[in-house]
Amino acid sequence: MSTPEAQAEQDRLNSGPAILETQYLTKIFGGLTAVDGVSFRVPARSIVSIIGPNGAGKTTFFNMLTGLYRPSLGSVIFDGKNVTTRRPDQITALGVARTFQNIRLFGTMSAVENVLVGQHARLKATVFGSIFRTPRVRHEERDGEKKSRELLSYVGVNARRHDDAASFLSYGDQRRVEIARALASDPKLLLLDEPTAGMNPQESEQLTQFMRKLRDELNLSILLIEHDMKVVMGVSEQVTVLDHGEKIAEGEPQAVRHDPRVVEAYLGKQG
Amino acid sequence: MSTTTASKPRGIKLPRAVGKVPLSRIIAVVAVTIAILLPLFYDSGSAFIEDSTTALIYVVMALGLNIVVGFAGLLDLGYVAFFAIGAYTMGWFGSSFFTSQDIHIGVAEFLQAQPGIHLNWLLILPIAAIFTAFAGAVLGFPTLRLRGDYIAIVTLAFGEIIGRIAINSDEGVFGIGDFNLTNGRSGINPVDKIDLPFVERFTSLNFRPWYWTALGLALVVVFVNFRLRDSRIGRAWIAIREDEVAAVSMGIPTVRVKLLAYAMGAAFGGMAGTFLGSWFGTVNADQFEFSFSIFVLAMIILGGLGSIWGVVVGALALSFINTRLIPDVLNTVPSKIGLDFDLTELGFGIFGFLLVIMMVLRPQGLIPEKRHQAEFADVLEDGGEHETIVETRV
Repeated sequence: MSTPEAQAEQDRLNSGPAILETQYLTKIFGGLTAVDGVSFRVPARSIVSIIGPNGAGKTTFFNMLTGLYRPSLGSVIFDGKNVTTRRPDQITALGVARTFQNIRLFGTMSAVENVLVGQHARLKATVFGSIFRTPRVRHEERDGEKKSRELLSYVGVNARRHDDAASFLSYGDQRRVEIARALASDPKLLLLDEPTAGMNPQESEQLTQFMRKLRDELNLSILLIEHDMKVVMGVSEQVTVLDHGEKIAEGEPQAVRHDPRVVEAYLGKQG
Repeated sequence: MSTTTASKPRGIKLPRAVGKVPLSRIIAVVAVTIAILLPLFYDSGSAFIEDSTTALIYVVMALGLNIVVGFAGLLDLGYVAFFAIGAYTMGWFGSSFFTSQDIHIGVAEFLQAQPGIHLNWLLILPIAAIFTAFAGAVLGFPTLRLRGDYIAIVTLAFGEIIGRIAINSDEGVFGIGDFNLTNGRSGINPVDKIDLPFVERFTSLNFRPWYWTALGLALVVVFVNFRLRDSRIGRAWIAIREDEVAAVSMGIPTVRVKLLAYAMGAAFGGMAGTFLGSWFGTVNADQFEFSFSIFVLAMIILGGLGSIWGVVVGALALSFINTRLIPDVLNTVPSKIGLDFDLTELGFGIFGFLLVIMMVLRPQGLIPEKRHQAEFADVLEDGGEHETIVETRV
């Protein structure tokens, strides 16, 4: 069904080192099992999508990966380290960065400051260093600001907008700033939660290109939750489908698309 | 990705974190110069200098609380506790209260002969800062998992607990033993006067050295506030205030950063407390009432939450209204219009009225923080409310 090249690519993904691996990851809220025993892996330097109908547990799954939720069962292994019980800030420091489904920028801070906050784990200034503004702290601040502006330009925010309050930026720019803020922590794995939500087809297409560019230029792995099938099919090397918290299919985009269980989850049972 | 320019709301330029606007610096230099020279134009024992000194110490208090409430967004209603701990530290280490002790470090000749612990104020200052910073962290700990109003309730209780301990610790602490820690409502007095090296002794007749000491303390605290705000630490505080879930996902250790805010804020309260203990010459349990916490909070709100100059102005304004305007200037007004009551009894009513007027006319404060200007501007569609993740791990 697939070409030999695609098969070879699939083998590389399956056998290569994984940047992220979950084993039987489960989250139970009271009587509701939001995520039910999901085991999956994100190969290094790949783009992997998680899809599924609304309420399938995708965002809950993300929140467990980033440490916002503590898994009820199972484990998360990032870059060879078990991070299941780590705090979110520790996981970020290890190299996982994320964006949010509904943009969560620090609205009253400027775009540059937002990206500077993203660098928090990489900067070292202490209270006393900050009060006395030692040469090292001054240097660090200058470099941090420079890096922030570079990142903002890299994701395509016009330099004139860099000092604007985040809440006054256009929707598209807010999404871009959020990505820049995530990149500021020098992540190895970038989690994007519905990055194209609210974008028009052109913008979605640009973002798709941009994700590839990120992967190739910054050596990132990208895990995204996405509803736009065109984006998913266009960019992902591997797709995982969740429904009612369970993993119902996994594989390359074309294979998943025709999987009867996936069709059923999205369109309902035939006949 | 290209920039879409269509229907973009007008942006408000925020000041850059690094670099300063020259105009504000000029105003600051002029204001500080006037503040330094001010006592020379008044009699050394004048009531105005006395009230100004108190006002400056309120500036220190308010700026301390501003770190917790204004920067980190943690509503603290128990700030009086740190005033209390600072003042008692002054009392314990700078009076003849512990008569069985005989410790003197860096104090004047005549104090050497007196029993008790007598340390120089410059030594008591860091001790009080450490004590209160620790107390601040202790207060912060139970509030870490809480948000908004619930933090206010816990801190309110903390302030009350410290107040009760102050009243009841004249015969044993928590009713254990019979050690006299605070001397209850009778209090610790007389408390030593501040004694700085190279200057003549502080007396209760010459207010000028007190004033300049208070001014020095206030300037240091203003400076520290600015430096912290424009640093990695300050950005972390503001990020937590704006959106805690996003902040923690960006690698900010919320526990450490929040406790730091509580500790820093408390330390300034404690330092101001040592000054007031010495300035009033007495430390007694009746000084530490809930209304004090509200009074300091009102200064911040009046001036502008999170705005350093705003808080300075708010603190000076409310303090002068309290010590001059109501008791001196306006006090005869009721009798003139044929009413028979003492206006000072209405003090808090007047403050409350002021705050209500303020909330209606200028909710962002007298000198709002630049960021809040953006928030209150009409262009903003919805307040940027986010759904809250029910379970956050800290």
